[in-house]
Amino acid sequence: MSNMVGDFGTTGNVSRLSLLATFSIATGNAPPLTRARDLPGFGGSTSFVHRSTSPIPSSGRPSIVPRVGLFIPCYIDQMYPDVGFATVEVLERLGVTVEFPEAQTCCGQPMANTGCTEAAAPLARRFVEIFEPYDAVVCPSGSCVAMVRAHYHEYFHHDPRYDALRPKVFELCEYLVDVLKVDKLPVRFPHKVGLHQSCHGLRELRLGSSSETIVAPFNKAKQLLELIDGLELVDPARPDECCGFGGTFAVSEEAVSCLMGHDRIADHLQAGAEVMTATDMSCLMHLDGLIRRDKQPLRCMHIAELLAGRPV
Amino acid sequence: MTGHPTRAAEFIALPQRAAWHDQSLWFVRAKRDKAAKAIPEWESLRDAAAAIKAHTVANLADYLEEFERNAKKLGAVVHWARDAAEHNAIVLKILSDHNVKRVVKSKSMLTEECHLNPHLEAAGIEVVDTDLGERIVQLANERPSHIVLPCIHKKKEEIGELFHEHLGTDAGASDPQYLTEAARGHLRDRFLKAGAGLTGVNFAIAETGGFVVCTNEGNADLGVSLPPIHIACMGIEKLIPKAAELGVFLRLLARSATGQAITTYSSHFHGPRAGCELHIVLVDNGRSTVLGQDDFRRSLNCIRCGACMNTCPVYRRSGGHSYNATVPGPIGSILEPARDPAKHASLPHACSLCGSCSDVCPVKINIHEQLLIWRRELVKKGLLPLTKRWAMSIGSAVLQRPWLYQMVGGMGRMALKLLPRFLVYSRLNPWGKQRELPTPPKQSFRDQFKARHGK
Repeated sequence: MSNMVGDFGTTGNVSRLSLLATFSIATGNAPPLTRARDLPGFGGSTSFVHRSTSPIPSSGRPSIVPRVGLFIPCYIDQMYPDVGFATVEVLERLGVTVEFPEAQTCCGQPMANTGCTEAAAPLARRFVEIFEPYDAVVCPSGSCVAMVRAHYHEYFHHDPRYDALRPKVFELCEYLVDVLKVDKLPVRFPHKVGLHQSCHGLRELRLGSSSETIVAPFNKAKQLLELIDGLELVDPARPDECCGFGGTFAVSEEAVSCLMGHDRIADHLQAGAEVMTATDMSCLMHLDGLIRRDKQPLRCMHIAELLAGRPV
Repeated sequence: MTGHPTRAAEFIALPQRAAWHDQSLWFVRAKRDKAAKAIPEWESLRDAAAAIKAHTVANLADYLEEFERNAKKLGAVVHWARDAAEHNAIVLKILSDHNVKRVVKSKSMLTEECHLNPHLEAAGIEVVDTDLGERIVQLANERPSHIVLPCIHKKKEEIGELFHEHLGTDAGASDPQYLTEAARGHLRDRFLKAGAGLTGVNFAIAETGGFVVCTNEGNADLGVSLPPIHIACMGIEKLIPKAAELGVFLRLLARSATGQAITTYSSHFHGPRAGCELHIVLVDNGRSTVLGQDDFRRSLNCIRCGACMNTCPVYRRSGGHSYNATVPGPIGSILEPARDPAKHASLPHACSLCGSCSDVCPVKINIHEQLLIWRRELVKKGLLPLTKRWAMSIGSAVLQRPWLYQMVGGMGRMALKLLPRFLVYSRLNPWGKQRELPTPPKQSFRDQFKARHGK
């Protein structure tokens, strides 16, 4: 669980090269193909070249670029399309062309978290089949990525196809920080922002250090937010307490779930937040539902929307 | 689902109490953070503790026999109990053989697990819990709501009333020092009259045959120093191989439990006092079954510090009694279903899977992952309500067919837009009781993406 980010060492040669290529695009260095050719031992692999025309490319860029598959969680697809577009915009501005494989639906987390593994298994298999052609898969949800990276083992006991895909699936912030090494963002957001630390991103993907562990503090989402001009981060008293969404928990334990949410909102309000952001829209869907019902002066925006420069 | 959600909702129905309970335990969690941060090698200590426990559990039979040999050499009598019934029978027989009528007991979650008190009381023996919190819940005829802070659910005013009724303190008095002094006087009398002292065991050491009991009140020491018989009851997982390893656990235990550097008393027992008897009861009660399960073996690492309860956002807001279990909270939600899955089927779901318990655990039990595995076990045992199973099967069938998923998604968004509010926010929609649903967009992401990118 703790070593996922450091898993590059276990990926195949090809994907390491393609990540390097992605990196050089992002940093505006020489064209990736030239760089790749310069590398010793780089043979005839075409795996990071566009091979298929079936998925939809998001722009008409030249054909030789790493293939980045966009994984849009089902509820974002259906209810929050702009979070998907914000993700696309952030990536495109950094020179990454994304494809959206249309066969994708859901990673199977709702079923798996209820214990219904038989219902989750076919969705897990579909996910691997759909995304295995890509050099990287990027998703604006820590929770869905955690499902794939931390909980798919059960469905793929040492299946090389899954083992090859697993380290290539990234949550948006970690892709921006770890792979693209983003160090500036030309966007402005002159507001006080509270970062809600979505649990699966924090404690399963280790997008940041959790308050329980005694390690040198780090936080990838915060690192990106700090690049936004005018954005002022506020500090809630409890830095990373759960919002109470928890999938079906939100409904089956309605009373506890809503109390947890109310407490998070109160904490961010007392810290002076005007906007609450998170790496997971599911947390924000729950919190926003409470905020709107109670008519609280707080807006919820996904971190992709802030990174893309969306106004409040 | 009934069970935990219903009892949790009852606890939350008094919002001030739930908020106070949450804040009291968060305060303990914050103290733990401060204490842990003062130890730069904290994470290495956790790794070491987990490794020692893993090694011990992998060689448990050998270490148990080594412990028995060495404890006997020191003059202790060692008993083996397969289950709670055998444990209770052994304790009762020791007491009957010595014609003991009054027993003082320091805190032991194992004797709670075995329901020892009612068993002894039925045989006419008076059992007095001497840990202050335990005594309070005993007088209130309740079970502990927390394994380290047994009466954390009670306010001092309620304790004042209870003491007024049972100990004759002044009506309306709720000053903690006054109440504690009253309890002290009351307990001192029981200590002096007791024929035997019962304790739990925090750590037993195979190489020495000795064991350690950690308390803050010194009640265990008094309870076993006055009467001529000491009975120590321990789960077989309490063992560690060497005395040198004790430091790892003592450094972790109190810091994780309450944020103290160490408990006030860490008492080491090596055989009986001169002229007295020491009995050690080794209890399995399901532990060897867990030992055989790859998915759950690590739960035997537990040193009962209670840190997972203090950090659990659900426990803090629903109270220990909502778990209706000997051990509540995250670790209890693993241990209790192992004993009675049907009775405790709601516990693995009383969790938002936030993972805070796994990160706080001093012996690195993957608690939230085990809770998730328990949910799978419940489905296998047919203990997930059928409505949920069907919903998940139907959901999966839809999500395996992109065209159907798109159609259902579109219909759902349309319905949300067109249906009158009273239908959407009916009593059948628990989401909408305190929350708004999201405002549905006209088109899904994929529809718009297709339109924008010309395919």
